Order: sequence, then structure tokens, then C-alpha cells
Amino acid sequence: MATHNLRRVFVWELPVRFYHWINALCIVVLCVTGYIIARPPAFQQGTEASFAYWFGINRFLHFVFSYIFLFNFIFRLYWGFVGNRYADWKNFIPTNRKFFEEMWEVIKIDILLQKDKEHLSIGHNALAGFVYFFVFIAFAIQCLTGFGLYAAMSDWWLPNLFAWVPGLFGGDFDLRQIHHATMWFFIIFSIIHVYLVFYHDYVEGRGETSSIIGGWKFIEEEAFLQEMEEEKKEQEEELREMKIKALEKKQKAKA
Amino acid sequence: MTPSSNRPTYYEELRQKGYSRRDFMKFCTTIAAYMGLQASGVAQVAEALKSNSRVPVIWMHFQECTCCSESFIRSSHPIVADVILDKISLDYTETLMAASGHQAEAAMHKTMEEYPGEYVLCVEGSVPVYEDGVYCCIGGRSAVDILQETAAGAKAIIGWGSCACNGCVQAAKPNPTGATPIHKLVKNKPIIKVPGCPPIGEVMAGVLVHLVTFGRIPELDRIGRPKAFYSKRVHDTCYRRPFYDAGLFVESFDDENAQKGYCLYKVGCRGPMTYNACGVTRWNNGVSFPIQSGHGCIGCSEENFWDNGPFYRRLTNFPGFGIESNADKIGAVAAGVTVAGIAAHAIGTNLRKKKLIDGLVAEGKESDQALS
Repeated sequence: MATHNLRRVFVWELPVRFYHWINALCIVVLCVTGYIIARPPAFQQGTEASFAYWFGINRFLHFVFSYIFLFNFIFRLYWGFVGNRYADWKNFIPTNRKFFEEMWEVIKIDILLQKDKEHLSIGHNALAGFVYFFVFIAFAIQCLTGFGLYAAMSDWWLPNLFAWVPGLFGGDFDLRQIHHATMWFFIIFSIIHVYLVFYHDYVEGRGETSSIIGGWKFIEEEAFLQEMEEEKKEQEEELREMKIKALEKKQKAKA
Repeated sequence: MTPSSNRPTYYEELRQKGYSRRDFMKFCTTIAAYMGLQASGVAQVAEALKSNSRVPVIWMHFQECTCCSESFIRSSHPIVADVILDKISLDYTETLMAASGHQAEAAMHKTMEEYPGEYVLCVEGSVPVYEDGVYCCIGGRSAVDILQETAAGAKAIIGWGSCACNGCVQAAKPNPTGATPIHKLVKNKPIIKVPGCPPIGEVMAGVLVHLVTFGRIPELDRIGRPKAFYSKRVHDTCYRRPFYDAGLFVESFDDENAQKGYCLYKVGCRGPMTYNACGVTRWNNGVSFPIQSGHGCIGCSEENFWDNGPFYRRLTNFPGFGIESNADKIGAVAAGVTVAGIAAHAIGTNLRKKKLIDGLVAEGKESDQALS
């Protein structure tokens, strides 16, 4: 049996890990408190209203965590421009053919379970990245509809930046509907997300689960070298193109 | 608004009708309070009604049930009905004017010709646009035609009620007559939306008095409703709100909680999504409002309230999935399908990727053995 040499790669920077866990906590709290807001359980009866405030506290939690969620989300968008290559926004929005080719490969190997093959990526694989693009859109929808509903209750300028949202939908009816339905997207996403982490850890054995705690992933030497070569090729190609362009410019200038 | 010699002021008309100055001041105080003005505003209102000659008003009735007019003439202070909405004040309104037939049409045209750019056009009801507007015709002309003609010379337009503001019941799916709110048909005039089915009489009076007092339209929100009356949700001004925050809810209309007057949130009250003054101004001279009578708000002043049913449930039906489908049911089914899919995938993984997984296990064991 062949043993593998593994290279340790620093994939998830500390801010990315913090973002992930704050986000996870927010989503759990927001889904639970949000669901309770939509369907309050009838566990309190026969008390004087002046002695109870649990529903108010539930809503308060929802609002507090929605602020944390919003700022955390904004931070992640910012980090997509200043973070390392695995946090870069180009992981999420397809900019070239290669992205789609990799996506198709992931579908074949990991979703349709092509026999005994594995797709080895270092950061997000292309399909995961593309799915996260839609997740970010869902984040935006939730922030827009949520703070749109909240704006009328607040005097602060920040939620009032969203006061135009209900007008788009003619009122709060549809806004609530969308806000509530999108919650289910988060629930279903979370189920699949956790499962796929387990799946990758199980099939690839490279520390997928622990990577979001320590930041490290362990990459097979061969895969790592291959990736390096590809990077080199790409850089060379870019250099060549730049040189060609510079040459063309010179020639034009001469002419 | 500049007084013109040929029209009496509001105060003059009042005195002619036998109201005392005391009655007049009482009215000014009441209406200023409803408008949310501070104490000094009372004098402003009194001054305006004394010195301004009455604003010519054309009040059109299209696809409506006249509940807006009914609400208006029953507003708490008699002066509202007597003066603001008097056959003298109102130059044209199908429901209340003395004239009829050609005479009425002539009166309307006279107002339009005499006070171009000065008269206020009040519209009650939506305007049907299908089949060239044949579904609503007055004096042989379609509502679309009449609206365009009367709107052209209006200083401002007030849309009374949900019909004029968002189409109300007749615009509910499938909207067979093409009932259209006026803001979609008239683009270049200031439009004040006063939604509700009907709007509260005091609110209507407040909007008109604001126009007369300040000579301009009241401050509007993004949708075009006067902020003074529509900036708060019914929920936020509801006297049952403490029950909501305490998590004390009516579970069904015949339970003990309903008797105790708990919050109606779980039996479909639309208070949390409805912007109106019902919780503050209330109805019938401030006697009550739906929630006080034990029935949830149905959101009559909100767009599409009719299609966002059922009224007695918190979550509305989810469009495109048939009756009795709400977001939670669909979500739960989707989550179930996801879990089933994952289970299938997990089994598939163990079958199809056996070699890979066995390889990992063997490699791990080999390392372990190498140590011993």
C-alpha cells in the first residue's frame, strides 16, 4: 500500500475562520428565533402580560444577531478583495472557462459519484464556490428584506437605509413571505453543507473538517506539485501575453 | 391659498349655517390634534379656515362602494360633514350633490373651467382599463377618460381608499375588469394616497384640512401616504401589544385567551404588516377598532390584502403551489427530500468509492503497524 506525502497548506486565514463561525452562530440563532417569531409556541398561559416578556426577548435576539450577521457579511465581502487566494472573490464568480470545466468535473466525481475517482482542490472547489455565490445572494436578500421590515420600528439611520425596500413590494406582506421562505434556503443549505464536509473528509482524508478550526489543509504531494506547475504555466502565459502586448504597443508607436 | 372674493371662507360658511365661533374653535382643536400638530398649530388651522376661501373640490366615484364617503360624513366632528363636505363645498360628487344628469356634468365642467390648477380632485374607486374602460362609465364616458380630463387641471389629487390607491377587492386576482389604481394612470400630478377600506373619517378630514391650512400636500412616505397617519403599524400602536411581547396569544377564537383579550397574532392578525392609524384614532368617534372587538386586522389599507389570504392564518399561501400551501410546508418537504438525497448519496459513496476509502483505511493502519 502506497503511503502519501502530504503538504500542509494554510488555506483559511484567521479572519475567514472567525467569519465562518460567527456566521454559523448567527444563522442558527436567526433561524430558531425567526421561526419562533413566525410560529410562536403556546407555552405561556395565564400569566399577567406585565410579568412576561419572552417573545419580546426572542425578537430582541433576532434583531441583535441580524446586526452581527450584517456586519459580518459586509466584512466577508471586504475580505474577498484583500484576503488570500482562497478567500478571493474570484472563487465565487466564474470568470473563465476553467471554472466551468472544474465545476463539471466536481459534479461528475462528487455528486454523480464517478467510480473511485477523487477531485482534489485546495480551497473551495469550483462548484462549492459557485454555490456560495448564491448563498451570498441569499444573505443579501435576507438583509434587505429583514432590515426593510425592521426600518419602520427604528429611528437609527442604518436600518432606515433599507426603508425603501417595502415600497418595492407594495408593503410588508410579500416582504415577510420572502424573508420567511429564504430561511428554508439556509436550513437546507446547512444540511447539505455539513454533510459535504463529512463526505470530503471521509473520501479524501485531508483534514477538511478541522481546516475551518486551524486553517490547515493537507494536500497530496503530487496534487500540490501539479497545482504549482499549473500556476507556473498560467503565470508564464500571462507574462508572455503582457510581453506580446508591450511589443505590439512599441510597434504601433514606431509605425 | 389666496382668498378670492367670489367664494366665502370656511368660517363664513360656518357662521351662515349657525355654528358659533366656539364650535369653530373646537373643530380646529380636534382636527389639529388628529393631524398631529402641536398646540400652536391650532391657531394656524383657525387662521387658515378663517381667511382662506374654500378650495373647490371635485369628488369622483369610479369602481367603489361609497364606503369612503360614508366614513367621511360620519367622522367625529359634525363640521367635517357640514362644511368640508357640503354640497356647497363639493362642486361635484355623485353621491351627495343636489344636481343630477346634465346639470351635474355642467357643474363639474364649470368648476374645471373656473378654477384650473386650483381645484382638488378626490378620487374614490379604481379605474377599469380593460375593453377601453367599458366596465365603468358615467354620463356615457369611461372612467379612464373622465379621470384624465379632470386630473389635467387639478392642483392635487387625493386617492380615497384602497380602491384608488391599490385597486382593493376589484383588483384581486384575476382582476377581470383591469381595475387600476390612479397613480398608475396619472403621472404628472401630486397624488396623496389615503388607503383603507374605508379610510378613517378623521384621517380623511385631516388630509383635506392640511391642504387648506398649509396650501400644500402633507408630508408623504415613500408609497405616497401621509406620514402623519400611515407611518406606524397598527401593531405598534395596538393596545394588545403587551400580550404580544409577553408571548400570550389567542390560539383560536373560542378559547379562553380570546376572552382574556390576548394578542390575535396567531389567528392571522395583519396588524404587524399594516400601516394605519386605527390603533390611535379608532373608529366611530373613537369607540373601537377591529382588534378591540376581538377580530384581527385584515390589513385593508395594504396592497393586495385580498390576495394575501387566508385572513385567519399567520403565513399566507405560497404562490404557485396551490391552496393550503405555505412556506413552512414546502420548506419541510424540501428539507425532507434533501435528507433523503443525502442518505442515498452517503450509501452511494460507500459503494462507489470503496477503493478510495479502503485505501485511506489501509494507509492509516499501515502507519499504525509501522509504529508497533
